[in-house]
Amino acid sequence: MSHKSKKPFYLAFPKASLVFTLLVMALALIGAQNLYFRGDYKVFFEESDPQRVAFEEMQNVFNKTENVAFMIVPKSNDVFNQDTLNLAYDITEAAWQLPLSTRVESISNYQHTYDLDGDLIVEDLLFEKLQNSEELAQIEKVVDSTPEIFGRLVSKNKEALVVDTTIQLPEGDQTKAVIEIATAAKAIKAEMLERYPDHEIYLTGMVIMNDAFAVAAQSDAETLIPAMFLLIFVSIAIIVRSVWSAVFTMAVVIASIAITVGLTGWVGIYLSTATVNAPTMITTLAVADCIHIIVGVKYFLSKGFSAHNAIEQSVKVNKKPIFITSVTTAIGFLMLNFSAVPVLAHLGNMTALGVMLACVFSLTVLPSMLVLKPLSSGSAINNTLFVRWGAFVVKNHKVLLVFSLSTIVIISAFAMNNRLNDVAVKYFDERSTFRQAVDVNEKIFGGMSNIDFVLYTDTPYGITKNDFLSDVALFSEWLSKREEVNHVLTFTDTLKRLNKNMNGDDEAFHVIPGDSELASQYLLLYEMSLPFGLDLGNQLDIDKSALRVIAVIENLGSNEITQLEKDAKAFFNSLENKYRIEAASPPLMFAHIGERNMKNMVWGSVLALALISGLILFALRSIKLGAASLVTNLLPAAIGFGVWGMVSGEINMALSVVISMTMGIIVDDTVHFSSKYQTARKENKSAHESVIFAFSSVGMALTTTTIVLTLGFAVLASSSFMLNAHMGILTIIIIVAALIVDFIFLPALLAWIGDDRQPKRESYT
Amino acid sequence: MISIRKAVSLFTILLIGATHVVASETDNATALTIAKERKQRDIGWGTTEANVTMVLRNSQGQEAQRELNVKSLEVSDDGDKALTVFNSPRDVKGTAFLSFSHALEPDEQWIYLPALKRVKRISSRNKSGPFVGSEFAFEDMTSYEVEKFSYEHLGEEEVNGEVCFVLRQTPNYDYSGYTSQKVWIDKSHYRVQKVEFYDKKNALLKVLTPQEYKLYKDKFWRPMRSEMRNVQTRKSTYLITEDINFDTELSESDFDKNRLKRAR
Repeated sequence: MSHKSKKPFYLAFPKASLVFTLLVMALALIGAQNLYFRGDYKVFFEESDPQRVAFEEMQNVFNKTENVAFMIVPKSNDVFNQDTLNLAYDITEAAWQLPLSTRVESISNYQHTYDLDGDLIVEDLLFEKLQNSEELAQIEKVVDSTPEIFGRLVSKNKEALVVDTTIQLPEGDQTKAVIEIATAAKAIKAEMLERYPDHEIYLTGMVIMNDAFAVAAQSDAETLIPAMFLLIFVSIAIIVRSVWSAVFTMAVVIASIAITVGLTGWVGIYLSTATVNAPTMITTLAVADCIHIIVGVKYFLSKGFSAHNAIEQSVKVNKKPIFITSVTTAIGFLMLNFSAVPVLAHLGNMTALGVMLACVFSLTVLPSMLVLKPLSSGSAINNTLFVRWGAFVVKNHKVLLVFSLSTIVIISAFAMNNRLNDVAVKYFDERSTFRQAVDVNEKIFGGMSNIDFVLYTDTPYGITKNDFLSDVALFSEWLSKREEVNHVLTFTDTLKRLNKNMNGDDEAFHVIPGDSELASQYLLLYEMSLPFGLDLGNQLDIDKSALRVIAVIENLGSNEITQLEKDAKAFFNSLENKYRIEAASPPLMFAHIGERNMKNMVWGSVLALALISGLILFALRSIKLGAASLVTNLLPAAIGFGVWGMVSGEINMALSVVISMTMGIIVDDTVHFSSKYQTARKENKSAHESVIFAFSSVGMALTTTTIVLTLGFAVLASSSFMLNAHMGILTIIIIVAALIVDFIFLPALLAWIGDDRQPKRESYT
Repeated sequence: MISIRKAVSLFTILLIGATHVVASETDNATALTIAKERKQRDIGWGTTEANVTMVLRNSQGQEAQRELNVKSLEVSDDGDKALTVFNSPRDVKGTAFLSFSHALEPDEQWIYLPALKRVKRISSRNKSGPFVGSEFAFEDMTSYEVEKFSYEHLGEEEVNGEVCFVLRQTPNYDYSGYTSQKVWIDKSHYRVQKVEFYDKKNALLKVLTPQEYKLYKDKFWRPMRSEMRNVQTRKSTYLITEDINFDTELSESDFDKNRLKRAR
């Protein structure tokens, strides 16, 4: 056979090639010490992302809004009792001790204002802990008449209280601080639950969400991913009936991953919630590559080849398809650089690198290992099943072609049901404590999302002008009336209250002061009376030229939240004033990113497809075969998103990656099948015989790969982190669809178009 | 109590007599001696009148200004009296603010609002709130009194080219916004060169650096410029003394709430 040519290095000197690989791995891994993990949500946004820029500017002008919120729910379902209010008091005091806290707001330290003999009194609503229940009625009365707290710090049904702590997170890597703060908050919660047993305390807020991101990524990396590897290992060992095959495959997988991760460290890229998935993705293709080689070796062994020859033959026939598959997959992943989400670009580059490494190792290191520890020929692979299936497909190819195509079209139509929906708080499933808190919050308060609107007058002290304040009041009322808005924090409420207080608490004065100098002076007086950490810096800028109105809204989907933003801006502009309005918030950032990312990814995918098609055409050197593969490559994703439209229909930013991710496996199936078919055709076999030959030589390998990867991704699908879980589920749907398409549609298509070229019908028994 | 002259002279004042400070250890005794000397060196200035500009800056780099006229009256054995009149921004021009500061009790404060034409008393237990949206809290601006704090001597360090005593002073007032302050007092004239303020969770909150000290009447040092930088929010406030006069016609009767309406 190939004895004429020189033996390749990795077969002649297997040990040296292993040592060399280990050396490369060690060198790469030195870089791993530069790696650090970023769990915060900002990794999903580019520095120049317009919503991020708007949000950060807003945070610089006003105080930050990143927070930890303690939600207190008494079992009695009524917060107006001595115990529950004292609990709020204690948590308020304790929350000041949270690292990096700059502001704590609750019912207890709410700055209650009233008139006393002509003087303005400003004091904590609960100046000290309650000793009896005498003041309860009075406190409840104040709460009822104070829109700044009612519906925000006290739920409208009076079932829950909120202690809201503003946190000033550092720039750059925030994960350490986030985890530290979340840990401290959990400790406060545990301590308070012990002291006040008849209560539930839930933690929500941006910092807690960031912590949940970090925890999710970490726990998936620590438990699910190892479990996935174990499952892949065991299933390879069972299906191929060789433990060593599984060991060798994992060795290639680990070497590819280790070098990729190590080099990532050298380049200085951080790890994130998205890039922790890179190992999983590299694994998929590395496993496929190895299985092709191993199954090939077994195939040739069963044909009576010597161990060395079988290896050489297997490498020879698989070299081209493995290379094509790897390059096309790498292209697919490199297209993630089109994504608007920086961490997805990181993920794409890492995986592209890993996939190429897996290609090299499966064609060099794997054969070396197989030389050192030859596979037994005893466990030959039984191809009868695939040969019989091939015969069946060829015989009924017309019926199958019509049937499969119509099924695919129908299923794909359901893809129309899919909608973009990035709601960050819902990236976690019901098992996560954060999600549980989100759900309770949603039940009692109606949601924890927000949009902050900044109204600019562009003149110092412009915010106390009467016409501006009237427009702000109209705008706030408009917001409050929207069904999806649960609470509106607006300075106009504060000013009305002050006007009343300054006029002997006369209800007739509960209006915006008509005179702007009066409004300015009330504001000055009020600001002078507020204690540390409760100033108006979260609503007013330093020269009193801009005002922030905070709308707390339902946890809306992307479309609804951007619609609200659009409507609100339109309403404010319809007031025909000379003021500007801007909107920003993290939920708004997520709402926009999904859309922008999908748009970019569509172009990325189109480009990837064009490149991949060109490559396949070039490699197979046949227009007809290339076209057939191309069509076949498109169908699994269409089916996948069709099925997804039936079962879920919610597309988040992680799913926009799945096409790139599964592209490799889809192409792998098609290319291996087509190239085997082509090999047979070149040996002057008929189209029908060639289809059966393709089935007999790669049927087993493709099935094995699909089963192994399905099992592996099933583990990821069980993640409580929805971004990972959905990615796992959709990947399974698509790779299974790919196998079915390649086992029914593609062979039927090849049998059909092959007939055209070779009209004489042949027997194929 | 918002004695801005104080802000100007922040902490550079000295002490009157007996204190609540427990000085059981020699170190603490040393610290108390330093604190008393600091107060002692600034006794006897009587009255001052200053024009002050306050420049507020946020982390976006935006700035806002307020112009104030501050009259101060030295009160022995208690906190000083101060009368602050706003000259700008325009909307609050003419607003006058009178404060009698006390060491361990809530200060007494009145405000005259020209738009309302009425004097209002401000009730305030806390002295921790920011002064007109700046990074200076009320308690940072009131006169230095030895008995406001307990002291600890931390050593010596060079700051701004001056060898300084380093003290930790812990507020004795229950409603202070700080757990403690670290103060650098130069050995040459007992002037404050730097103060670090620690918040309720004992994290560094703000840093004050008085600059450009000038000597008046051969005895009284006043910084012409003080920067208060909030290290947590990255906002800062500059307090700039445009001019200060130690030879005023002011008397006790000018610091009366009944005369606030006529304050200019």
